[in-house]
Amino acid sequence: MERSLADTHVATSVGLAHHFDDVEQQREAGTLGMWAFLVTEVMFFGGLFLAYILYRSKYPVEFAVASNSLNVTMGFINTLVLICSSLTMALGVYFSQVGNRSLLILFLILTMILGLTFLVIKGVEYHEKYVEHHVPVRFQTYQFKWEPRASEARGAREESSRAVDTGHVEMFFWLYFAMTGVHALHMIIGLGILTTLVLMARRGRFTPEYHSPVELSGLYWHFVDIVWIFLFPLLYLIGAHLH
Amino acid sequence: MQSVAEVVPPRTHYLNATYGVKSWLLTTDHKRIALLYLTSVTFFFFLGGLFAVLIRLELLTPQGDLVQAETYNRLFTMHGVVMVFFFLIPAIPAVLGNFLVPLMIGARDLAFPKINLLSWYIYNVGALFTVIAILSGGVDTGWTFYTPYSSTYSNGNVILTGIGVFITGFSSILTGLNFIVTIHTMRAPGLTWFRLPLFIWSHYATSLIMILGTPVIAVTILLLALERIAHIGIFDPAVGGDPVLFQHLFWFYSHPAVYIMVLPAMGVISELIANMSRKNIFGYKFVAFASLAIAVFGFLVWGHHLFVSTQSVYAGMVFSVLSYAVAIPSAVKVFNWTATLYRGSISYDTPMLYAFGFIGFFIIGGMTGLFLAALGVDVHVTDTYFVVAHFHYIMVGGTIMGYLGGLHYWWPKITGRLYPEAWARFGALVVFVGFNLTFFPQFLLGYMGMPRRYYAYPPEFQVLNVMSSAGASILGVGYLIPMIYLMWSMRYGPHAPPNPWGAFGLEWRTSSPPPTQNFEQTPVVTWEAYEFRPREEMDLLSVRDVLDQTLRPRPVGGEGD
Amino acid sequence: MGEHIVSRKIYFAIFTALVVLTVVTWSVAKIDLGRMNAVVALTIAVIKGTLVVLYFMHVRYSSRLTWVFVGAGFFWLAIMVALTLGDYMTRGWLTIAQ
Repeated sequence: MERSLADTHVATSVGLAHHFDDVEQQREAGTLGMWAFLVTEVMFFGGLFLAYILYRSKYPVEFAVASNSLNVTMGFINTLVLICSSLTMALGVYFSQVGNRSLLILFLILTMILGLTFLVIKGVEYHEKYVEHHVPVRFQTYQFKWEPRASEARGAREESSRAVDTGHVEMFFWLYFAMTGVHALHMIIGLGILTTLVLMARRGRFTPEYHSPVELSGLYWHFVDIVWIFLFPLLYLIGAHLH
Repeated sequence: MQSVAEVVPPRTHYLNATYGVKSWLLTTDHKRIALLYLTSVTFFFFLGGLFAVLIRLELLTPQGDLVQAETYNRLFTMHGVVMVFFFLIPAIPAVLGNFLVPLMIGARDLAFPKINLLSWYIYNVGALFTVIAILSGGVDTGWTFYTPYSSTYSNGNVILTGIGVFITGFSSILTGLNFIVTIHTMRAPGLTWFRLPLFIWSHYATSLIMILGTPVIAVTILLLALERIAHIGIFDPAVGGDPVLFQHLFWFYSHPAVYIMVLPAMGVISELIANMSRKNIFGYKFVAFASLAIAVFGFLVWGHHLFVSTQSVYAGMVFSVLSYAVAIPSAVKVFNWTATLYRGSISYDTPMLYAFGFIGFFIIGGMTGLFLAALGVDVHVTDTYFVVAHFHYIMVGGTIMGYLGGLHYWWPKITGRLYPEAWARFGALVVFVGFNLTFFPQFLLGYMGMPRRYYAYPPEFQVLNVMSSAGASILGVGYLIPMIYLMWSMRYGPHAPPNPWGAFGLEWRTSSPPPTQNFEQTPVVTWEAYEFRPREEMDLLSVRDVLDQTLRPRPVGGEGD
Repeated sequence: MGEHIVSRKIYFAIFTALVVLTVVTWSVAKIDLGRMNAVVALTIAVIKGTLVVLYFMHVRYSSRLTWVFVGAGFFWLAIMVALTLGDYMTRGWLTIAQ
């Protein structure tokens, strides 16, 4: 498609890549591309969810009892933290759409702070689990250990009369660490993306005509939030009724 | 082919537009990236072939006398890993697909050119890990990495190889993502979905599989690595894990992966059959939908790899029925290709020879797949050479034939040179003979009970094994011949006109080789995909291309052909 | 197809809904409902996820093609789960003749 000199000038200012015919096509392509990527993420986490569904249906007692040993309060707070971060991210996208640079940067930074908060709380949780010897590994210097708890006896009595199998309890914990660990990794990557966005925004890269990096990063961030929305009940709340 | 006497190549095209190593290693031109991939996959093809040579040498004699048992295990594992992940899955999409998809839809490039380049670098990083694993002694679990052997007992480089495959998977995902978005958003004006070349339909379907399937093997490898490092018990029955869960997760991707390998080849064949018999493909819509059907159905059959793995009998029956169903769209394609050939004006040039080879071998490979889909028969032949022969008929007799046919067909477009037709036909013949001699005896061996992945066998199987090894050596020669003359032609071959085959497709309506931006002007499409008609009735654009050497834009809103 | 700017009011409304639903899911989990615990928790999670997808991720205002992409992702996950569980749940239903 021939472009006049004037068109080229406009094209450069809105960041139109040479292989696209117009900004609309570029936007559409970017959005579809990000959604295609998120579909791959659904399938990636999906493998872990499959393992979870399988083993939970096989060992419901042990899963409830093990889940009961997690710090539900921290999980609950983290869920709220992430929901807040989704709000701040959505608002950041809004301000990029209307061209308000300072508010865009503010909300991106707020999102980052909330994301960091999430990771810090997660770190505290992991440390708790580490100290309790609930990390399911078998090394020379560190091994998984499960101490029967009061709730366990109740749980066992409720569902069956046999003792709880430590191996099955361990199964819950590897799922817990694998799923939250992969999730946390995605959060860290998200923080990196947000940092890049803040730097770009400070340089004035985003306008109402061109701000798709913010929008697409928003999609990624919301997706990571959705994964946690599912992880919270599935990992933390199974044994909540055993208190 | 058109007369080549007076062909003048274009002054500037994508190969000579810029010079220097950096202009290649930092290119975002999809055509150059395709050539970068060509070098990579060719290297790994011959590396995988080297392992095959060693395997077939060992199998010349009934005793295990060339290598030790564990070494043999590593040989067939690395043969599988390298061939599957570093050749068969990327070859046609990343070489021919990358080159042709934008050209065929009239675009200047793919939707995400930098991601395209990134995918090549990711491929190489993954490849590096695998090469390091090979140099450190390789892995002996089989390319299928079944637990608990791979997770607990193997002392090979499981994690290193796993990392290599994990990383390369992202290359696949990014390629598929690029194709899907490009095909949706960047088609030239007038190019509706049902005017697209079937090559595009096939690559679209392939990209669906890449996106939906590859992440699952990524997470599977992650779990396997965790199991190996931390001895957690994910797949360990002692703590309540199930080794068969690994198989479910692994094959959920790896079965659709074989359709990643064959669908692009089918796309090539559709182009070859239609254009080289100068006839509109029979049942275009059926072939297009069959591509999608193969992609979708391909995700529903993975359990047929678990028939003898303690999978429930009911699940086995369900997967068996679905496996029969998935053969139907493939059969539809074969019937439609055959019907296209009927009363076509068939040219017997090399690409067509490879297309014939594909159809014949794919029929045999596909039909023997039905044997394996039958629960009862599978119990008898599973893990024997019958299975090995089946998948080699599809992957070598199918995919590689499609790859070579496509490479020859589009060689003039990619390099601007014509390959020597006589040598090419000879090479195709050698490949055909070598292939049959290598793999047909394996059906017999398998049916008679020779297990796969064994380095020793009962003496009564020796004759067939020797035939197979002899065939392999012929096949190897058959692959070397095109390597040599294709490289020769890049320097000394006669210059190619824009459309040496007189074929349909937007890629033929630009110079050979194309300019960096593909087209001088974005074409406007007003014709159907393969609108061949008697010469008098056709707008002689293809002939005019030859005479004029330039693209003439079609009048907007004007008459078609 | 222009870009649709979702109003801040809607964002705050969805945010409120998400917080409320989180509190609900936490409270209900403390009561023993047997099998229904999982059903309730998952239902609430699906509602929350849907709200995020539709409004925060703008899918409600996106093209049909985007809807297809989103739907396809979850549908494929459902295939993987359903057919795999189909194996595990039917083991032992029918034994191979000895």
